[in-house]
Formats: sequence, structure tokens, C-alpha cells
Amino acid sequence: MTTDILTVTDLKKYFVIGYSDILRREPITVKAVDGISFTVKEGETVGLVGESGSGKSTVAYTTIGMYRPTAGSISFRGQDLFEGKKGRPLALKKEIQIVFQDPGSSLNPRRTIKQIIELPLKIHRRDENRQEQIVQLLEMVELPPDYMQKYPQMLGGGEKQMVAIARALATDPSFIILDEPTSALDVSIQGKIINLLIRLQDEFHLSYLFITHDLSLMRNVASRVAIMYLGKICEVAKAAEFFRNPYHPYTQMLLSSIPVVSEEEEKLKPKKIISTGEIPSPVNIPTGCSFHLRCPEKMAICSRVDPVMVEMEEGHTVRCHLYDQEGGRR
Amino acid sequence: MTVQAKSPALPKSKIMDNLGRNWYKFSRNSMSIIGLCTVLLVVFLAVFAPWVAPYPEHAGKFVDFANASTSPCRRYLFGTDVIGRDILSRIFFGFRFSLTMGVVVLAVVVPIGVPLGLIAGYNQGTWLDTVIMRITDIFLAVPPLILALAIASVLTPNLTNAMIAVTLMWWPWYTRLVYGLASTLRNEFFVSSAEALGASKFHIIFGEILPNCISPIFTKMSLDMAWVILLGSSLSFVGLGVQPPKPGLGTMVAGGSDYLPEQWWISVFPALAIVVLVLGFNLLGDGLRDMFAAEEV
Amino acid sequence: MSTLTGLSASAAPLLEIKDLHVHFDVYGGTLKVLDGVYFTVHSGEKVGLVGETGCGKTTTMKSILRILPMPPARIPGGEIYFKGQDVLKMGADKLRQVRSEGISMIFQDPTAALNPVFTIGQQLGAVVKYSMEGKKLSRKEIREQALIPLKEVSMPDPERMLDSYPIQLSGGMRQRVCIAMALVASRELLIADEPGTSLDVTIEDQILRLLHRLVEEKDVSVILITHTLGVVREMTDRVYVMYAGNMVEVASTEELFARPLHPYTHGLMDAVPKLTGGGVSDGIPGRIPDYLNPPPGCRFHPRCPRAMDICRQEKPRFYKHNDNHEVACFLYQDGSPLRSGGSSDSLPSGSPLRSGGSSDSLPKGTLA
Repeated sequence: MTTDILTVTDLKKYFVIGYSDILRREPITVKAVDGISFTVKEGETVGLVGESGSGKSTVAYTTIGMYRPTAGSISFRGQDLFEGKKGRPLALKKEIQIVFQDPGSSLNPRRTIKQIIELPLKIHRRDENRQEQIVQLLEMVELPPDYMQKYPQMLGGGEKQMVAIARALATDPSFIILDEPTSALDVSIQGKIINLLIRLQDEFHLSYLFITHDLSLMRNVASRVAIMYLGKICEVAKAAEFFRNPYHPYTQMLLSSIPVVSEEEEKLKPKKIISTGEIPSPVNIPTGCSFHLRCPEKMAICSRVDPVMVEMEEGHTVRCHLYDQEGGRR
Repeated sequence: MTVQAKSPALPKSKIMDNLGRNWYKFSRNSMSIIGLCTVLLVVFLAVFAPWVAPYPEHAGKFVDFANASTSPCRRYLFGTDVIGRDILSRIFFGFRFSLTMGVVVLAVVVPIGVPLGLIAGYNQGTWLDTVIMRITDIFLAVPPLILALAIASVLTPNLTNAMIAVTLMWWPWYTRLVYGLASTLRNEFFVSSAEALGASKFHIIFGEILPNCISPIFTKMSLDMAWVILLGSSLSFVGLGVQPPKPGLGTMVAGGSDYLPEQWWISVFPALAIVVLVLGFNLLGDGLRDMFAAEEV
Repeated sequence: MSTLTGLSASAAPLLEIKDLHVHFDVYGGTLKVLDGVYFTVHSGEKVGLVGETGCGKTTTMKSILRILPMPPARIPGGEIYFKGQDVLKMGADKLRQVRSEGISMIFQDPTAALNPVFTIGQQLGAVVKYSMEGKKLSRKEIREQALIPLKEVSMPDPERMLDSYPIQLSGGMRQRVCIAMALVASRELLIADEPGTSLDVTIEDQILRLLHRLVEEKDVSVILITHTLGVVREMTDRVYVMYAGNMVEVASTEELFARPLHPYTHGLMDAVPKLTGGGVSDGIPGRIPDYLNPPPGCRFHPRCPRAMDICRQEKPRFYKHNDNHEVACFLYQDGSPLRSGGSSDSLPSGSPLRSGGSSDSLPKGTLA
């Protein structure tokens, strides 16, 4: 019986980026995340997919505590992460860690690897044998101990990311958010990092929220996938199901554009849907279903009413008028 | 599992490598080397003035009317002034005042200005930021020389009070500089990582952000030496800094101004000394900036 | 400026790089980045250049236009022929002509490539002016000229676009503006350096389709630089694979994906996560070589699972595998070496690698 480790309930995060006029009468709001709900079970990897403006990074940053939600809640093992005004307690910070996309900027260029990994140890662990622990952490990510003296610039991109992972592991967390951990890296080292993450998950019973735009990678990493568009979730399914039987037109569109390297993969892709037009800016979200301007299956109702999430099969939900009561293609 | 006891210092070869790399970047421009040599020479002359100057006693109370107003010759390379003191020796001692002024002012200004800038920058958007930066703005709005003059004239004119005056109007520049750096750096992902890890604000400001500000601060300090020295000399020139008979460079220029243009050497050589000193620090500062610049390729 | 159509082997190539060496002088010595690069583009072709970070692909392209920072860069050897003339030896005037009418380049990050304080019209107008070779045009005429490439890149509402600032446009639109700028007078060769990397996959798709259309309609040749194999497969006719300053394999796209020969190419194909599932392969062990002290012989040998003794001593030439496929690897030595210099070795040919990049040989990862 697996329990839920992270529960996101109707999360909303809006940013006010300016005002419509000099008198500040009306704020201009970006609805980066506009009501999403999902759960992550202990030990599982939930994938979050979306293009720019989808809000996936905002979800990550809010979960880690960089932002406070505008509405809704995020709970970790039942405990609200944003209780009280004083900020997250250290005990919770320990449990939830993050690995950012660009290791070049997530590691302080003026600190040595030793100092970088030592920081979480100093904060969360009382014991004094830090040297030993640092060596252990480096070993976990398959880096030699003499890397301690080096500065981040002396390491390759993959190695830097491994240091970032070691740092995240240093607090002995239960949950790690991986925000596009390999997007900035070359494909020949990507695999090593991904397989390392999978092994670490096994060894330490970690749960992951894995964010990426690379659907082929997602196929191999996540057990469940959620796809976001302009701040809302369109579809959630188990990974194999998601790729085998996508319901939402946006999912189909994305899947049909994946560049693949072999004929067998080509056959798995849905029929090619050419996306027309631009991704709307999150400031100007269209009324009704936010995808209707680009949707090849648009119906009259789509520009008026925002669809709600319905369950098609067990564990496979989709938010689209084609499938809910009103559209009626069930 | 192996446990290796590693000393925290970098192995020798790494330090040499770092020095070598930094020298490479510094020395691309020969002007920087000239600047460095000039500054080193001046420091040497200032420190060892009593032993290097041909007539060290001329720097103090000394009178020799027999040799007064001698034009530059082999005995007195830069000539003598109206009281018979050797200008060259006095310039060496004058360097002491100039360098002292620069060093003391910066030693006070940097520990005040930099932390203020860091705190304001990290807390950008809050009332703390507003308070600190508006105070900074007020100080910056007053014309520097006038403020220095005002302060120095209220207090007894001497080197110490001139330094106080310059200090009071110099710290805001560092706050401004560091504020700009810190407010950008605070959005970097390594700061977010440190916050996610639970680091204290103190650590983030001084342990994460400050190390990334060191380079521009050092470069500015070098260029500031030139400015502070110039400012100090200006104060001495108008009588508010180093008082005669002490051999401040500005004081010497002022002292000889009545005797221009016939006994030109009395004012011109101290003035040239100021120029050389200021130019040296400027070139050195340029070189430091090159040295700290990130490597391409 | 007529261009040849078709890919007949007898037609002179549009661009030909021969044995290009590029070095960078830095602290600690010289980075010998490009170590004898060969590269050919014919008219009307879409050529892909695949390689990872640091392999020298951008350096190669910048050499073509001679926009490398000349200290610290140096070109100790090699030739680059554009329409028969050596770009490296050209005078300033001819070079300017090549840059404004022959070859142009679009870069990875369209936001950085556009000046934020000028409107699109001003920036396009500037390019138009330079391309007009001193002919004086009125503002109205420049504006009209600027509209032409904007329409060619299917920009919605081009008139309004001219008066917009880059910050008002989306990433995809900015990239289209960059392509428009590259098309103003240059009609022959377009170098696209990772044009979709900073864009979303659906927008990247659009941009690549646009490039495809331009090749068809305007007879523009395109060099598409990328590190994404899937993009190359969909968009190019011929592909070069580059590693550490050398071209290691060149083939028609179909041939390369059906039968990758070079161990590096094979490793790359393996490393790409597959839609069919089955886990992710560990990739290629090791790092790209240190250009200060590159490994002797074949630069890939320290990471190559099939390295032989000769690989550590000598550099392989290009060996012809068939009409559409050449590879620089001692494993494929049967057949004559195609590039000049040195006698061909008489080693027995090695067995070709298992063909195809199928996923059945990938290790299974543990999916939680």
C-alpha cells in the first residue's frame, strides 16, 4: 500500500507584472499556474511535461518554497508546506530538495566542490566527520574524492550536475524535484545521469517529480505523466498508457512532433498534427479552454467553457470537451 | 570505503597554476605592467624613504637658505624650494601621505559600504532596501569636493580630518556598486539552492553573494586609490589637508605656486609625482579588471 | 548569381572546406581545436552537422564567415572555398560581398542575436542597406525591401512587425526575424546554428519546416547544426558527424540512420532515449579530449569500445564505404583513403558494426 508523499490541491500561482495604466487601476496578471492538482506516491516518479509558459517550472519553484501559492495547497505527508508566515521549517526543507536545470548557475562559481557539498551538511547534520561524508556523497555520484578541491568551472556539464545531485542528497531527503536535469547536457552523458538517478531512487527510496520537455526521455523515466498547458493540467496517465493512447489533442500534437531516430519509434507516434500559430502568452490566456486557438478538434463550446477533468480509465484522466459530459465523445 | 585526510589548502601546484593564469590575463596589456611597476616603485620609495632619499632630513623642519631655490642639478635632482629643501626627497616622503590617505580611507569605506550594499541588494524591494539606498542617494547627491571642503574646514585642517572628510563621502559608491551586483546575484540559482537547503541569510549574503562581488570591488579599490589620492592632494592644495612644513604632495604644489613660472620646479615636480601616482593606479586597476575577467573559449 | 540545381557529383560544390586547422592561444598553451576539417555543401542541399558541445562545429562555421576572434584564434592551415574562391585569402571587399550576398548565419539564441533597443524594421533596414552596395535608397524603399523577407518567413502582420521591438515578440517569432535577416540578400547558403534549441519543440518544428520550404522554393542551401539526432533525421539530406575537431562520418541521412558505422555515431544513436521505452543507455563514457593535449592518433580512441593499436598512433583518413557513406575510422579501411597525404595502410578490414540503432539491446532501467 503506497501512501501519498506529495499532494498538490488546486494550486494557483499568479504574478502581477505591471499595471494597465499609470493610475494602477488594473493589475496585469500572469496566471502561471491556474488550478492544478496531482499527487506523488512514495517511491514513484511523476513526470511533468509542458512547453514554455505551461507553468511547470513554477510548480517546481513553488513546491521547493521559492514562491508562496496564491491559492491552493501543497502537502508533504499530510503536512501543509506553507503553514504560517515564517517560512518553511528546517525539518521540512531537509525532506524536499531540488536539482535545477543549469548546473552552471546552480553551483556557486566561487566555491569549491567541497564547500558546496558541505553547506547542507553543516546546516542539517550535527556530526563532525564531514570530510568523510563528503567523500561518501561524491562516491554515490561516482566522482573521485580529489574533485573536492576543484571549482565548478573545471568540471564538465555532466559532472557539475552530479555535484548538484550529491548536494541534494546531502540532506537525506525523501523527495527530490528534478527540473529538466539533463536538458542542458549532451545526449552522450545524459544517460549516465538518468541511470544514476534511477539507482539512487531505488537505494534510498526516493520519490521524484521529474520535469522535462523531452518526451522520449519521459517515456523511459516516469511511471506517471501529467501534461500541462498554460497553467493547467490537460491529461494524466501511466507512462505507457500516456504514450500509447493519448486523448487530449495537445498531447497528440506534442507526441506527433517528437524528433525520433528510428522507424520503429516513428510508427508509435500519432498522426502528424502541425501546430499552427504561436503559444499564447500567459498574460493573455484565451477564454474557455486555453488550448482552443490551436486545437484541430475545436468545437463551439471550447471557446466559452473551460473543461473539467474526467477519468477515462483507471488512472487516466483528461480535461477536454471531447470527452466530458458536454462534448460527449465518451 | 576509503577515508582520505585531505588538507583544506590547495596543493602547491594548483596555487602556482592560478597565479600563472592570473598573470597571463593581467599581462596581456603592457600598460598594466607599467601600472604595476609604477605602483610598486612608489610603495618602495614611500616605505624606504628615510634610507633611499638623498636628504631625508629635508622632509622635516629644515632650513638652508644658502641653497634655496636651486634649479635642478646633479646635487639636487629636482631642485630645492625657497627654504632650501630638496624636492626629490620631500616627494618620497610625500608619497607616504598620499598612500596613507588612500589605504586608510579605503580600509574604512569598504567595510562600511560593501555590507550595506549587500544587505540592501539581497533585500531588494523591502523597506530595508529603500532606507539604505535613499540614505546612500543623499550622500551621493552632495558634490564630493564641496562636502570634503565643508567638513575639513569645520574641523582642524590636518591629514586625519581630511581622511575623515573623504571617507564620509566615499562609502556610498561602494554601496551602489555592490547593490547592483547583489540584487542581480540574488536571482541566481545557486542562491535559490542555498535557500532551499536551509542556509541562513547571513551565510547567503556573505558566503554566497559576496565572493562573487570580490572582483569588481578590488578593481574599484585600485582605481579609487587614484581618486582618493587626487582628492587628498586637492584638499592639501587648498590648505585643508597636510599642513606645511609637512611634505604632502598637494601642499608642495600649493607652496610653489607663488613662485611660478621662474622657479617652476617647486610646483611642477610634485604635480608630476601626483600624475604618475594616479596614472599608475589607474593602469593597475585596468590590469586587475582584465585579470578578473572570465576567460572565453 | 545562378545556382546549380540537383546534387550531381560532377557539379562544383557551393562550399568546400579542406583540411581546416584552427588553434586558440590561451594560458597554458594552444588549443588545437580544429584538426583537419573537411566539409562540403552542394547547391540546394540541406546538410546536417551533428556534434556535441565543444566539438568545434560553431568554430568551423564561424571560420567560414571569418568571424572568429582573431587573437586568440589562428588559422594555421586549410582552405575554405565558396563558389570556387578561398574565403580565407579574400580581401576585405570580396569578403563583405560574400557575407552580404552569399552566406549568412542564424544563431542559437534569437533573443541575444537581436538588439533590444531597435525595432525590427530598423534592424532589417540596416541589413537591407548593407546589401544594397552603396545604392542610396529612401526610407520608404528600405521598408518595402524589408517586408519581402518577412513575408517569406510567413510572419503574421509583417507591417506591424517592422515597428515592434524584439521584446514584444515570442521566441519563435524572433527566430523567424533572424531568418528573415539572413535572407535579405543572401540567397545561397544559410548556416543555422542550433536554431531550435532555445525554442519549444512545436515551435522548433515550425522553424525547421520553414527552412525546408525555403530550400525548396528559393534554392537556398542550408547547413543545419544541431546536437539532436532526431532533428537531423527529419530535416536533412546528408549528415556530417563531428567529434573533437574532426569530421568522423558523412553519409546521406537515410544511410546514416540505417547503418551508423563510426563507434561514436553508434554511441550517440544508442544514447538517445527511445520512444519505445526500455530504459536509457549509459551513454559514452569519458569526456571530450583536452584540446591543449589532444590524444595522439584518432581523437576518439580513449573512449572507443573498439580501439585498436593503430588508432592510438595514426589518424584515420576518410574511407569510402559506399557511394553515399564515408567514415574516418580504421575499422573500415577496405577501400582507398579518399583524402590526400600518406600511404594507405594495408591492414585487414575490420568487421562492420551491427547495423541500425534498435532498442532491443538497451539495458532495462528500473522504473519505479
